[in-house]
Amino acid sequence: MDTATQIRTPSAAAEAGIYHYDALDHAFITRRVEAFREQVQRRLSGALSEDEFKPLRLMNGLYLQLHAYMLRVAIPYGVLSAIQMRKLAHVARKYDRDYGHFTTRQNIQFNWIKLEQAPDILAELAEVDIHAIQTSGNCIRNVSTDQFAGAAADELVDPRVYAEILRQWSTDHPEFLFLPRKFKIAIIGSPQDRAAIKLHDIGILTKRNAAGEPGFTIYVGGGLGRTPVIGSKIRDWLPVGDLLRYMEAVLRVYNAAGRRDNIYKARIKILVRETGAERFAELVEQEFANLSGDRFHLPAEVVAAIQSRFGAPDFADLPAVSPAYQKALAENADFARWVSTNTHPHRVPGYISAVISLKPIGGIPGDATSAQIDRIADLAEQYSFGELRIAHEQNVVLAHVRQDALFSLWRELEAPGIATPNVGLITDIIACPGLDYCDLANARSIPIAQSISERFGDLDRQHDIGELHVNISGCINACAHHHVGHIGILGVDKHGAEAYQITLGGTADENAALGQLLGAAVAADEVPDVIEGVIRVYLAVRLPGELFIDSFRRVGLAPFKQEFRDGQR
Amino acid sequence: MANAKIVIDRAGAIVANAWTTLAPDEELPSAGPVIVPLARLLAETDAVLALPGGIGVLIGSDEHLEQIVPLLPNLALVAVGFPKFRDGRGFTHIRALRDQYGWAGEIRAVGDALPDQFLSLVRLGVSSVELGEGEDPASWSGVLALRGGLDSRPAAEQPLPLLRRLAARFAA
Repeated sequence: MDTATQIRTPSAAAEAGIYHYDALDHAFITRRVEAFREQVQRRLSGALSEDEFKPLRLMNGLYLQLHAYMLRVAIPYGVLSAIQMRKLAHVARKYDRDYGHFTTRQNIQFNWIKLEQAPDILAELAEVDIHAIQTSGNCIRNVSTDQFAGAAADELVDPRVYAEILRQWSTDHPEFLFLPRKFKIAIIGSPQDRAAIKLHDIGILTKRNAAGEPGFTIYVGGGLGRTPVIGSKIRDWLPVGDLLRYMEAVLRVYNAAGRRDNIYKARIKILVRETGAERFAELVEQEFANLSGDRFHLPAEVVAAIQSRFGAPDFADLPAVSPAYQKALAENADFARWVSTNTHPHRVPGYISAVISLKPIGGIPGDATSAQIDRIADLAEQYSFGELRIAHEQNVVLAHVRQDALFSLWRELEAPGIATPNVGLITDIIACPGLDYCDLANARSIPIAQSISERFGDLDRQHDIGELHVNISGCINACAHHHVGHIGILGVDKHGAEAYQITLGGTADENAALGQLLGAAVAADEVPDVIEGVIRVYLAVRLPGELFIDSFRRVGLAPFKQEFRDGQR
Repeated sequence: MANAKIVIDRAGAIVANAWTTLAPDEELPSAGPVIVPLARLLAETDAVLALPGGIGVLIGSDEHLEQIVPLLPNLALVAVGFPKFRDGRGFTHIRALRDQYGWAGEIRAVGDALPDQFLSLVRLGVSSVELGEGEDPASWSGVLALRGGLDSRPAAEQPLPLLRRLAARFAA
């Protein structure tokens, strides 16, 4: 079944789904690189103190970590072209230790960067319209969305055009670069929330009214960190034309009234909680009324103009069912198993979205070598119109694969070690870099992820356990969203030793819920046994076909707690 | 009275500065031009506004702009304080003064703003910046040069950043 050659697309169409920069966009990021180069020079010469340089380097994605500088590169709403992907591989090879780390905000981080090389890296990235603008600092960060945007069968509205509008609006916004704290926006266009919108500073649900017009429901004040909060709905229906006006209003209320006396209370979730969601909504509506409608109006022509800069995949006219695909499924159990976890239904007949797992058994979640990144770029060109996405689960998505080419794609994933059939399963662990890299961390995350992955590595076993999300954060800042993992693991400092608190029952979807504490923190080497106990209880109580999260909701925390206590004796 | 610090205009050029700034507990002078802290303006409104020679007010980042709105017609300058460069509330003050309250007089940024924030200040409609002790005006004007051309129209006439470019793209 060698359809690879026949679906290879010419280079002109190789970047379908990517927002194409024009000369102005390109000049803007090039100027930013030069401005940053000058700032780095001033820092190296001592003209800027570290305190003065810090907000400037953070505005360009450069963090100072435990051992080196870390550069976080923006992948706007997680979408990039094969050409851009190859540039990331190049940066990993030339400036880092030959790998990159894909993050839960659909970005990529390079962990071993030299300050004096950072401007050169940014200049190289700018060649392919990639930048690190506002990937850190107290500003509006990369807007995140559904990794299946524009492809998912259940999608009502493609959120990418609005994500791009929000990116343009928030980039270098003169009023909102020095907010009380960082600010994250997520947008989804499907009823099934794959972007965790209720856990963001602003969450946007895109939907359609009775007339079929797109519009938004707005949630505000969600977030994780040391004070996890589920966002509150403050506007049920916002017409498209008012999107930016409303965003301006929310940000202005926050910039003026958000707390600046304590960085742990500076996120908008604290303001919303202290003000009350209803009162906060009133303040936003007042500000909204004060803003001149004309100036902030988002005209339909602008939406259309931005939409037109996205390349559209040139889908073939295919039957809904591919006999070749059905045959491969029937004849190859390994392929069928991979398909059962690593694909998602596509809106176009004959197509399917494929998820490439960056979670090999015992590996480091989200890490990819330059060779793997290059290979994935090749596969994106061969199989998915030269376009790929980074999922917030730290995997890579080829969104538009022909069903009749899926078997061939799957066979090509084996050699570079990216064919693990575990998406959504217990070894598809979301983990932050933890104490191995991060100077905020209390404990390591990566070795915990590796030990769980190895313990549950048997494919039959993990497929039997079924959908189960494990999230491991090395500290309370919750970069790996442990509060909303079905099993959440939080690294803490217990009398100077690394220890791990475990929560159960969190979810990041449309029914967002925070996990409940299983018991006291345990040592690193006990974690796999504790998880083993949790799984034992689940397998004992589950009804036929019942997922872990549903069993948990039905039976509650008590039996799991009992098992945990017994295990600790 | 505070000593005269270097003041630059929107283009980064040094400008003559006749304004002095009244310390919170300092006696009112007999004439302006003088910048008076908001609390003093509110406490001694009549006495302050009776001074000849021009009155300005200094509004802190944690103070409410609404309090000076009724007095704006009597003022020649609003100084917006940046106690720390990380405190971005001054940006919202400047924006609201220009857009919401239609203030056309001088807005001066004072305090701890960084040269790298100059472009934001200018785009929001600031008229002048008072530099800190020993600060080099060249590092401010240099930032403007690096960041490319500026839209010199009054803030209220400028569309949103980036969307401004989109609008231009349509027109083209």
